[in-house]
Amino acid sequence: MIARRAHRDLARAITSVENGIADYQVTAARLAAQGHRREGAGHAAIIGVTGPPGAGKSTLVDRLIEGFRANGETVAVIAVDPSSPFTHGAVLGDRVRMQRHAGDAGVFIRSMASRSAGGGLAPATRDAVRLADAAGFDVVVVETVGVGQVELEIVAVADVIVVVTVPALGDSVQTIKAGLTEIADIFVVNMADRPGANATAVDLKHMVREGKREIPVLQTIARDGTGVSELFAALGARRGAEDSNAVRAVRFELVRRARDEAVRHALAALDSPDAAAILERLRAHELTRNDAIDLLLPMLGGPVHAH
Amino acid sequence: MPIKVLVAKPGLDGHDRGAKIVARALRDAGMEVVYTGLHQTPEMIVTAAVQEDVDVVGVSILSGAHMTIFPKIMALLKEHDVDDIAVVGGGVIQEADIPKLKALGVREIFNAEATTQELIDGIERIVGETGRDRSRREAGAAR
Repeated sequence: MIARRAHRDLARAITSVENGIADYQVTAARLAAQGHRREGAGHAAIIGVTGPPGAGKSTLVDRLIEGFRANGETVAVIAVDPSSPFTHGAVLGDRVRMQRHAGDAGVFIRSMASRSAGGGLAPATRDAVRLADAAGFDVVVVETVGVGQVELEIVAVADVIVVVTVPALGDSVQTIKAGLTEIADIFVVNMADRPGANATAVDLKHMVREGKREIPVLQTIARDGTGVSELFAALGARRGAEDSNAVRAVRFELVRRARDEAVRHALAALDSPDAAAILERLRAHELTRNDAIDLLLPMLGGPVHAH
Repeated sequence: MPIKVLVAKPGLDGHDRGAKIVARALRDAGMEVVYTGLHQTPEMIVTAAVQEDVDVVGVSILSGAHMTIFPKIMALLKEHDVDDIAVVGGGVIQEADIPKLKALGVREIFNAEATTQELIDGIERIVGETGRDRSRREAGAAR
């Protein structure tokens, strides 16, 4: 069981990494000093739940909490909702579906605004997950923002990814498009009492059969719990299996960091006097836009591609 | 860093349109607003406030139960050692009760005539006064 006091300290530790007050190492060390941290991270099972807006992700997460608690496991949930790109404000509403666990000290739920990030998670989600792990939770469930096809950052965070969809979002062509369907370890067709559920599940099964990995396709009605025990069985099987996601996750995260680093270099290079002179010539119509790009590219410090 | 606010709707009345309008207005003012839905108990509200580490809890009460609900919320915040979180109230609250609520530690009551701009200004002022500056506060630091 997790002490109530640890909830407060974990909550404040997450704020600290979220707002850039302290990095993960400092914050984790502080949690340890408060006596809440178990030795090292990496104990918790980290389950990602992703899918389009309104598919029932939060309601399904509520069912997962219920199931893990029945099994005697403590659960932390990190639920991400979108920030406005215009005002930076956010309404974080995922808790609404999970409030019945408020009296249970074995459950910790934290909402995060996505802030500037565009990959379906917030910039500090990974650190929040590590802190919850370090604080001693057995399972950490990460719920992404409602995603489209290319917000895949959950790949770098979760051990097991549940992609939740609903019936009749499109025909079978949707199931062979790249992106979201490639990262699923388990597919869930939620709201399975709605028309078209079987057809959606069949489309997904066909897609899965042609792939290399074995991916269960399940149907649930999260609202009343139908099909949730099958989801637990599938999750249990994945938890025991070898970590087929590890290489993919590391690749994804390294590419992301390399990209961030390249962007930082490029922005710094653009502040240089040489770059400023080129931009000035562009402004004065002495160069075309493409000329300016060709001149600036070699300054960015990365590999140069002819335009 | 954005101000983080919990908009809570305790008690048995099922009217959350006001709370949703408030949540939306605070969002448009650049705040991060946690909304927890209807029929929240004081325990649910305080659990959410602790885990979400909000700066402000805004409680909307239309049912007349404010003199029982606010004292419970204030006591639970103290019990969880998070009484640095500011509490404000709104809804239908009699003038005569406002001094009593403020004596309990409720920072401000916004009555039904308050504009959303008054609410935004009030919350920004209160967060400034409480010194819960999220961009500087040390996580879990002794207070």
